[in-house]
Amino acid sequence: MRNPPAWTAPDPTGPGHWLLRARVFEADDLKRAITRIAHEIVERNHGAEDIVLVGLYTRGVAVAERLAEAITSFEDVDVPVGRLDVSFYRDDIATRRVSPLGPTQLPGDVKDSVVVLCDDVLFTGRTVRAAMDAVVDFGRPRAVQLAVLVDRGHRELPIRADYVGKNLPTKWDEDVRVHLVPIDEDDGIEIWECIEETEGEK
Amino acid sequence: MKHLLGIDDLGADGIGEVLRLADSFLEVTRRDIPKVPALRGKTVVSMFYEDSTRTRLSFETAAKRLSADTMTFSAGSSSLRKGESLLDTVRTVEAMGIDAIVVRHRSSGVPQRIAGWIDASIVNAGDGWHEHPTQALLDAFTLRRHRGDSFAGMKVSIVGDVKHSRVARSNVRAFSALGADVTLVGPPTLMPPDLEGWPVTVSYDLDEVLPTTDVLYVLRIQRERQEEALFPSLREYANRYGITVERMSRLPADALVMHPGPTNRGVEIDALVADDPRSVINEQVANGVAVRMAVLYMLLADSKEGRAA
Amino acid sequence: MTAEVLVKGGTVIDADGSRRADVLVRDGVVADVGENLTQRGATVLEADGCIVSPGFVDLHTHLREPGGEDAETIETGGRGGALGGYTALVAMPNTNPPIDTASVVEQVLRVGRLAPCRIYSSACITKGRSGEELAPLGELHGLGVRIFTDDGSCVNDAGLMRRALEYARALPGAVLAQHCEDAQLARGGHMNEGSWSSWLGIPGMPAEAESVVVARDIALAGLTGGRVHFLHLSTATSIELVRAAKAKGLPVTAEAAPHHFTLTDSLCCGYDPIYKVNPPLRNDGDVKAVKEGLADGTIDAIATDHAPHPAQEKERPFDEAPPGMLGLETALALTLTELVGPGLIALAQAVALLSWQPARLAGLTEHGGPVAPGRPAHLTVFDPEAAWEVDPTRLASRSRNTPYAGRKLTGRVRHTLLAGEPVVIDSQAQR
Repeated sequence: MRNPPAWTAPDPTGPGHWLLRARVFEADDLKRAITRIAHEIVERNHGAEDIVLVGLYTRGVAVAERLAEAITSFEDVDVPVGRLDVSFYRDDIATRRVSPLGPTQLPGDVKDSVVVLCDDVLFTGRTVRAAMDAVVDFGRPRAVQLAVLVDRGHRELPIRADYVGKNLPTKWDEDVRVHLVPIDEDDGIEIWECIEETEGEK
Repeated sequence: MKHLLGIDDLGADGIGEVLRLADSFLEVTRRDIPKVPALRGKTVVSMFYEDSTRTRLSFETAAKRLSADTMTFSAGSSSLRKGESLLDTVRTVEAMGIDAIVVRHRSSGVPQRIAGWIDASIVNAGDGWHEHPTQALLDAFTLRRHRGDSFAGMKVSIVGDVKHSRVARSNVRAFSALGADVTLVGPPTLMPPDLEGWPVTVSYDLDEVLPTTDVLYVLRIQRERQEEALFPSLREYANRYGITVERMSRLPADALVMHPGPTNRGVEIDALVADDPRSVINEQVANGVAVRMAVLYMLLADSKEGRAA
Repeated sequence: MTAEVLVKGGTVIDADGSRRADVLVRDGVVADVGENLTQRGATVLEADGCIVSPGFVDLHTHLREPGGEDAETIETGGRGGALGGYTALVAMPNTNPPIDTASVVEQVLRVGRLAPCRIYSSACITKGRSGEELAPLGELHGLGVRIFTDDGSCVNDAGLMRRALEYARALPGAVLAQHCEDAQLARGGHMNEGSWSSWLGIPGMPAEAESVVVARDIALAGLTGGRVHFLHLSTATSIELVRAAKAKGLPVTAEAAPHHFTLTDSLCCGYDPIYKVNPPLRNDGDVKAVKEGLADGTIDAIATDHAPHPAQEKERPFDEAPPGMLGLETALALTLTELVGPGLIALAQAVALLSWQPARLAGLTEHGGPVAPGRPAHLTVFDPEAAWEVDPTRLASRSRNTPYAGRKLTGRVRHTLLAGEPVVIDSQAQR
């Protein structure tokens, strides 16, 4: 089952319109997932001392901040949180220009830390690959791990998440939307599908 | 957007976009490894028919920080000898497979002409008296970091040889697009002959304008202008329009002083003024690379928006 | 090709008026003018819907030979002239070497004899056009030169210009033609000084660079009684000065080029030197004044200032490119489209501006008509309604620098007769 030749997903602003197919997480479900992931991170790394949570703009930053809060609540350790904009590391510059989403700020240098990249949705894996390139430009971490709220399949690179909130098999032309306060009005995870009126993009 | 030939190519929205991009790139330039792979595989050529080590290096650094490959042709080099026509030279360069040309030339309009001849993106690094858009952008960027996004009501006084200044023409367009009130100050002989339609006021009296100036932008005076009877002597020019320490004391305490560089100490500006805390001249230079990175990124990264994956 | 040509079906326009008539030409002269002429064995040139007029005379053509043959030769310029309806061209002397000695005049006239157009030579006022010493005006006059000019440059020295005017009074029919451009005011300029040059950052030449010289030479014409002709006038002020001078009866005349009544300096916004010319394209007010000057007789003639330049010269940066535009093949159409069409001048007056007025000014008695038996058969047959598109690659010139490329114009020469020989038939050059 091959992906369509040009792997740009249907444009949410393009022809055709989007309909909500299912709401798979409510606020409570999300909270539990965060708590569980926070515990898993601490368990896997035998404590919270060398961990740096690096959120990928935009919602990944909110994920990192909530994970940090959760870890602090049961480990009593302040986990540093960084923010990473991977726009300039993307490998698809030729097909789309993504405007930078925010200033990259990493706490200190990441040498010898365990960097846990945090994002809302893991899809093709290209964002995470770009993030790894970016992190390595800042220093040499001891390890890089990946925490995501949703893994929706359709990987195009050999990337996997260490910590997953929910595994959600989806169709290629669906859209998974994670809502997080304060970026969005509420907390939740939804699947949307596109009813295209004209032929899809090339 | 394919070319940056002048500020009008951008408009207020475009200027805003460049400045926001420049914020991100400024952060990149401050890293230990100040490099991102955004323009990997692209080739940026500098063609500097007019010598300018500073601007050329600034552009080349910007290209390299974006991981682009660079090539340089400068005024002294054999490839820009007078014999070969401009058209032939740019066509030869294009045939090597390049993505962008950054061009500086003593004749106004050259970047525009080149843009009509070849496919690559053209960046105007200064053409004759006409425009120097990246200078205006880095000036706006510097100002924004001090004064925020909105320039509405900001009183900018541009002092000096406006007639021959591409920096002034670009700055008038950029600052007024962002909402500032621009006043041109200088002797009548150094004003463009016909200012009809320019969004500016004109004054021949610097001292009258100083107390209400928020941003004092000082232009270079070229010594050669004296020979064209544009003013009697450099000394008289410095007396009437030079930014002296004494004049600085009459400038408001929260005003800013800018200059595109390099300065002619003792002519348009006193040496000590550069040390005045209101001077942001050094920042302008530092911001040049980030702003030029933003411009190159905007031109060479395709503009089709898509969903992040 | 027989020695008899019958131009059939046209309307004759000359200084005597306008009438439906056929024209029979024999042995180089007009043999008969009348309705329903026939002549067995004559070559018939159809002229339905056309105007038959005396051949046009251009007072101001740069043929570039000797020295600039890359751009044009006397032959190619002559052919362009013929296609434009011209039977006489006055060659400008800014060649290399300049036309300031008998030998160069003779060379131009000799080569010109082979051209499909009568070639007359002007000569410089000063040696080498350097504005310092008088050229041998008398000797050159003896070879037939009537128009003396340093065109390309202005005689900046008022004292020298005065002496030249005085001296030339002894040369019957001589007229000193001035390219009005004060060297100091115009110095460094490449286009009209004004709001466009200010925005574009191109050094400009103010209108006053032209008008101060016009004013000066009007005064000198008054002082010396010598005849002054103003080349390519382009500004409102200059034209007002000439109007006032003529009202006082001073011996001054003027010409204007089609680009100065059709194009403005705003066209320089693309920095394309195809629009670079000296005097430069001016503003709307000046263009209007040129049209009014042509309409009310202040300007005596339309002269093309045909100035060919090889393509690579016009591909240079604006300030490095040489000034000048082609003009021979577009002058008629532009005159008809911009002046006659909108009703600013009558068709007959347009023909006057192109043919007998310049002929008279230059003392070319053979040219300018009238179209009457016994007169030399230098004739132009043109269709005032013919629509065509300017294609630079199909002009006769060696050069391509026309600012009208791609423009659709109305009015085209169908046939041109030079001393009875059809050198242009159906808009095609015969040689």
